[in-house]
Amino acid sequence: MKILERLLEGMFKMSSAITSIVILLIIIFLFKEGFGLFRSPVVEKGYGLYINSKNPVTDLNPTQIKQIFDGEIENWNEIGGKDESIYLLRFDEIFSIYSDEELGENYQFLPQKLNNIISENSNIIAFFPKKFMPEISSPTKEIANKNIGIPDFIYGKEWLPTTTPSPLFGIIPLVLGTLLVSFLAILIALPFGLGVAIYLSEIANNKVRGMIRPAIELLAGIPSVVYGFFGLVIIVPIVQKMGNISAGETAFTGSLILAIMALPTIISISEDALRNTPLALRESSYALGATQWQTIYKVVIPFASSGISAAIILGIGRAIGETMAVLMVTGNGAVIPHSIFESVRTIPATIAAELGEAPMGGTHYQALFLLGCVLFLFTLVLSIISEIISNKQTSKSA
Amino acid sequence: MMIEAKNINFYYGNFHALKGINIAIPANTVTALIGPSGCGKSTFLRLFNRMNDTIENAKLTGECLVNGQNIYDKTVQVDALRKNVGMVFQKPNPFPKSIYENVAYGLKVNGVSDKKYIAERVEQSLVAAALWDEVKDKLHQSAFALSGGQQQRLCIARALAISPSVLLMDEPASALDPISTSKIEELIHGLKEKYTIVIVTHNMQQAARVSDKTGFFMYGELIEYSDTKKMFLNPENIQTQNYITGRFG
Ligand SMILES: Nc1ncnc2c1ncn2[C@@H]1O[C@H](COP(=O)(O)OP(=O)(O)O)[C@@H](O)[C@H]1O
Ligand SMILES: [Mg+2]
Repeated sequence: MKILERLLEGMFKMSSAITSIVILLIIIFLFKEGFGLFRSPVVEKGYGLYINSKNPVTDLNPTQIKQIFDGEIENWNEIGGKDESIYLLRFDEIFSIYSDEELGENYQFLPQKLNNIISENSNIIAFFPKKFMPEISSPTKEIANKNIGIPDFIYGKEWLPTTTPSPLFGIIPLVLGTLLVSFLAILIALPFGLGVAIYLSEIANNKVRGMIRPAIELLAGIPSVVYGFFGLVIIVPIVQKMGNISAGETAFTGSLILAIMALPTIISISEDALRNTPLALRESSYALGATQWQTIYKVVIPFASSGISAAIILGIGRAIGETMAVLMVTGNGAVIPHSIFESVRTIPATIAAELGEAPMGGTHYQALFLLGCVLFLFTLVLSIISEIISNKQTSKSA
Repeated sequence: MMIEAKNINFYYGNFHALKGINIAIPANTVTALIGPSGCGKSTFLRLFNRMNDTIENAKLTGECLVNGQNIYDKTVQVDALRKNVGMVFQKPNPFPKSIYENVAYGLKVNGVSDKKYIAERVEQSLVAAALWDEVKDKLHQSAFALSGGQQQRLCIARALAISPSVLLMDEPASALDPISTSKIEELIHGLKEKYTIVIVTHNMQQAARVSDKTGFFMYGELIEYSDTKKMFLNPENIQTQNYITGRFG
């Protein structure tokens, strides 16, 4: 008997140790991969940006590079250079300037030709594989290729993970998208959820409650793709019609779906909190001549307020981490949203949508892992808050 | 008579909890209800502010009179009755509000909005409940910060604020330490000048100390009801005698 108990105890200890270690390893892996991003260069590996050595510009940040390539910056004086219009030379353009013979059979003359072009044009910026620029000779200078910085990530306003030469990994649009969709969802779900919770805990008789409670728990068990599908087929067209907009895939649509998905959490946790109000407290209120409604909103809800707050926090947590359904109905435009009737993209949806096409170990891949870290921090903060709140709750009822 | 029960029978479903109770309690007295656990003391007490109304399958026959009026009459408004008949429960159970708001609660739910009047009543009630000096500087702090004994006096103040004429107390000191208990007893003694008090208690000494009259319940029946002194020194009924000596011994 003793031996068996010992054995069992050992097994339980071991499985908890293994579980903890696995969780820790996952987190370490997540952060290790994610932070690799800040050790990667701004310009694609193996490529460089070259300018005339008389050009005073020495370095450019990812946004400036992107704007130059998009033609949004057209003059060197916009980025600290002389008043000269920018002459952008992409790699493939070299083949229309020089014939194949001029470049040589194995492109052995290409470096020389490039050097010529760069020295002749003081306003040039050329994007080339490093191997064609064997040595940096006097008329040519490479733009310093720094590593991607933390500010580029945290304060970046654009998420363009596949643009060349330097992708943009600004999380602001994704964070805003996530927060907008989640908070709007809670705003929608809260009045309904609280209403149902109050009805179940204070008004419904046992028979009605016995029917509604399982139905709500069933709602929690439906896979999120099904919600997404429902949203795509039914809610998206409705929003499109009602809002009179070109596409029904908006932040608002996502919030509606998330609100439905967060309802079971909000209802069951706040109902439990409401039911936990001691009978004596309700009776004391009735004994002072209060009506049932006065008792509910002056005594029961205040007593349950920490439980209700915990329900809200957990509901937000549920919404922030939700992936599939949101991916299907929000349109996934990675831009900073200006209204709830615009397409947005959330962090989890971004990871799910892009991980498949991001080459393993590349900057895009690392950036997605870093998004995972951000999401992890969000939910961590939320669970810490709900932990604090529920501790307060227990100390109150004790 | 302030409170009268005339041939009360009360049933929880098929369970006959109160059997033919007759009692008449004069105004401005303290009446103790004693008896073994489960004999129906709380059930009886709760009839007088109609706290049993919401119990499913319960049935009441007979008459409950407060100030000569049958409180189960169709014309009686329950909230008006409860303004007149206050109740203090076994465990201190302040509302999750400030001390001030706890005492003001009964006035507010009954539609009083005159802030000055509410403030006056809060102070008077806290003074009457012998709590004012201890809390006057922290009226707006949470009531949960008070000790158990203070919380129970707060609950008494809360009941007094709406100026009832009857105060029902269901084992109000059973969850308290001896010092807090004696404070509550002192308080009860002082309150009978203005209120008619009915108190359920497990504690024989307490019944002997605070009450003028005592009723002894057993198995849903009122076995004996008389002046406290007589009850404890010279009970008429042998069951009463056995119970009292057993509890004192
Ligand atoms: N809500 C209820 N439903 C059914 N039976 C009850 C209920 N409340 C009390 N009882 C029963 O009625 C009897 C008297 O209870 P109670 O008045 O609380 O006794 P006391 O206060 O004297 O200990 C007990 O047997 C108890 O089990
Ligand atoms: Mg009792």
